[in-house]
Amino acid sequence: MSPRKKKREPISTGSDWTFPLIEAYDREIARVAAEYGLDTYPNQIEVITSEQMMDAYSSVGMPLNYNHWSFGKQFVETEQNYSRGRMGLAYEIVINSNPCIAYLMEENTITMQALVIAHACYGHNSFFKGNYLFRTWTDASAIIDYLLFAKNYIRECEEKHGVEEVEKLLDSCHTLMNYGVNRYKRPRPLTAAEERERQRSREEYIQRHLNDLWNTTIPKKSDDDAGQEPHFPPDPEENILYFIEKNAPLLEPWQREVIRIVRKVAQYFYPQKQTQVMNEGWACFWHYTLLHKLYEEGLVTDGFMMEFLHSHSSVVYQPPFDSPYFSGINPYTLGYNMMQDIRRICENPEPEDREWFPDIAGSDWLETLDHAMRNYKDESFILQFLSPRLMRELKLFSIMDDSSRPTLKVDAIHNETGYRKLRESLSAQYNLGNREPNIQVYNVNVRGDRALTLRHYMHNGQPLGESTNEVLKHLHRLWGFDVYLESVTPDGEVTNRFACPPKEVVEVA
Amino acid sequence: MSYIIDRRENAKKKSTVNRQRFLRRYKQHIKRAVEDAIHDRSITDVDQGGQVTIPKRDISEPIFHHGEGGIRHKIFPGNKEFVEGDEFRRPEGGGGGGSGQGKASNQGEGEDEFTFNISQDEFLDFMFEDLELPWMVRKQLKDATSFETRRAGFTSSGSPEKLHIVRSLRAAHARRIALTDKETRQQIRALRKELWALEEATPSPERNEKITALREQIKKMEKGSSKLPFLDDFDLRYTNLVRVPIPSSKAVMFCVMDVSGSMTQSIKDMAKRFFILLYLFLNRNYKQIEVVFVRHHTHAKEVDEQEFFYSRETGGTIVSSALALTADIIDARYPPQDWNIYIAQASDGDNWDGDSATCSKILTERVLPKTQYYAYVEITNGPHQNLWHEYEQVREAFHERFAMQQITDANEIYPVFRRLFEKRTEGAHESA
Repeated sequence: MSPRKKKREPISTGSDWTFPLIEAYDREIARVAAEYGLDTYPNQIEVITSEQMMDAYSSVGMPLNYNHWSFGKQFVETEQNYSRGRMGLAYEIVINSNPCIAYLMEENTITMQALVIAHACYGHNSFFKGNYLFRTWTDASAIIDYLLFAKNYIRECEEKHGVEEVEKLLDSCHTLMNYGVNRYKRPRPLTAAEERERQRSREEYIQRHLNDLWNTTIPKKSDDDAGQEPHFPPDPEENILYFIEKNAPLLEPWQREVIRIVRKVAQYFYPQKQTQVMNEGWACFWHYTLLHKLYEEGLVTDGFMMEFLHSHSSVVYQPPFDSPYFSGINPYTLGYNMMQDIRRICENPEPEDREWFPDIAGSDWLETLDHAMRNYKDESFILQFLSPRLMRELKLFSIMDDSSRPTLKVDAIHNETGYRKLRESLSAQYNLGNREPNIQVYNVNVRGDRALTLRHYMHNGQPLGESTNEVLKHLHRLWGFDVYLESVTPDGEVTNRFACPPKEVVEVA
Repeated sequence: MSYIIDRRENAKKKSTVNRQRFLRRYKQHIKRAVEDAIHDRSITDVDQGGQVTIPKRDISEPIFHHGEGGIRHKIFPGNKEFVEGDEFRRPEGGGGGGSGQGKASNQGEGEDEFTFNISQDEFLDFMFEDLELPWMVRKQLKDATSFETRRAGFTSSGSPEKLHIVRSLRAAHARRIALTDKETRQQIRALRKELWALEEATPSPERNEKITALREQIKKMEKGSSKLPFLDDFDLRYTNLVRVPIPSSKAVMFCVMDVSGSMTQSIKDMAKRFFILLYLFLNRNYKQIEVVFVRHHTHAKEVDEQEFFYSRETGGTIVSSALALTADIIDARYPPQDWNIYIAQASDGDNWDGDSATCSKILTERVLPKTQYYAYVEITNGPHQNLWHEYEQVREAFHERFAMQQITDANEIYPVFRRLFEKRTEGAHESA
């Protein structure tokens, strides 16, 4: 099957795939990718059935995970939607691991398989390997081992303490999963072997350390009440699960370990949430570029390209805001167009581009794209690279929704006065800090009733949603003592207070 | 470098555990849906899987998120006529023409119902959960009539076609080793060595003599050991097969129904539902089930299913005729040691006055001693008739295998069925 480069015979002409064909495409795509300088982990390409794809879907895309009913719920939902034809399954799932695991679905045609190989095995793969967030926060070579460790550990806990106990704990951890990540500090890389070795010593250590905290602080109670109450923690802690793991007074060692597992998994997925636009844009850009290169070399047929372009353009289609299909800005569209746009700015800059992007206009596009991929996340990527021309093409406009006013206001459109504002707003839209309420551990009443107080630092006056009390119940389960949550404006004014167990709720504002 | 792996043969249903846990967690909801389905469905598809709907808020996993209020900016694509500074009224329900991040709260608010399918098996599991086959006993082994052949090791006797060659040769080898003693073998080996040494040496009459002597000696010793046969009768091993009696897991279900003039089509329909429930229920517990339909008015007749439910033939009511026929059929075709016998009788309670006493006599003497369970449902909304009172006495005597309930409305069929077959704490009743 080896393609003879002189003759330029297409690799395949039919639509059915075979293993030798997949191999042949992979070899050619790998060759072209290397010519473009894409640096990837080795690939492990697995062919699976649609049923297995649904399984993978519902364990957050991982090949293995611990058991929990919420994954079952997801599975049931996926299965239902799929069987009703309401959604097609994703063509691929790719895992940030080393080797990089990518799933191909059995039902796909050879064109789709080639598209997926280019998209996942060379696009996403090189992004995982290169982007600074992934490099900083995840350890691709350890994640599978770690998940195996986690799965076994949780199964053992279920055997020892009962499925229900573990399930309750996991429920509580999951509600706080978004608050189980370090946003700024770099965590120690995790390895499964180390985890196992250290797990026991850590259990003992934490327990002892904890007792120290409560032992030394509680008896002093009567002595120096006059002085200012010391704060614990001294600075607000953003990683709520971490704080609980280390400081909750009543938890058993195994419970702390489970919290730690949820935390580690959350941390692993954290970069993905912050780079969706870039990651998909990068992968789409490369499947487009790589397959076109194969076409230029005569290795794929016209029919292949037609099928490929059809599915490519439906992936990167952005319905307008008033379409019934509109559900937000399509990250594939935005990312793909930005990547293509950067290449255009490098290769064929216009005067406008020279004004807006003096650094990159006319530079080498491969280098510029590579630099962007490595050193940005969605928020900064958009702020840095979204061009006026693309804003015009997508016809972006910004709406200000101020709940104190009866009307919505269009506060920027794609024109000279609006570009910067649009770009800032769009970038802020991808700032996780704005999307999720900023809630941190503020204080523990160490000397008194051990009550835990969290603070919600309000952004643009946005209040907390209606499930806040439910989340606090879970937090209360973990902490074991009273839990309070205060919403604070930037001026330090407390506007709202929640408590669990519920107290007289004091409306301050 | 890429590795391409075919995983299609790998374990499927990886999510089964998670799915089960999800179902367990929402058991109450699912049970309710199953019960509703039983009320609403037509008889023929009562045992299919079903759709279960749970309010979204009940299965939401709460997270901290922003509520409505405050100031927010949202970017939308596809501007057509807006210019900066335009103002317009807030569209109904959510911000701005299909709110940008509506998906962010797919748990929480959002769509109000979560619907999914459960399979037929799961449907039936939920339907029959907490129910127990009344007094289901595996029939005594001594009475069993069917056997199964199983392998049971090896024996030293058997017919030639069951000869196990490997085992036999292994036994022969062991015997040969055991019957020649080690010393003799070692001596022979030593003598041979001596012989070879001599043969190498320079020829002399003395040497020749010695060689002859040695040869004699070796021959003699070898003769002793070669007397051992290579294969002896004693070595033969045969595959052993034994016949194991199988406990009976067959059941026969008698459907006995009154078709007299007083039974309307709607009453018959209810009766049918009841029989179907029983059939499904037995179906889950026995490998093989036979159903016998006995209908009666003034005299009884064994019929097929179609005729049982749908033929129009009416007359007076003599219940005992049906019971007598049932007893006859049991005697003729279903020996109780082979069959688990279940009888379900449905009637509107009407009976000819003098007949009820005969009924209870046939029941107590000929039928009940042989049956596993007898369920009687009276479908009426009037007062109890004489048959009911007669049966109450039967229940006194056979309370562990005779059950009766009244049904007044189609909704009650399932609850009544459940009541009849509720799990009981006592162990199974041993029917000899």
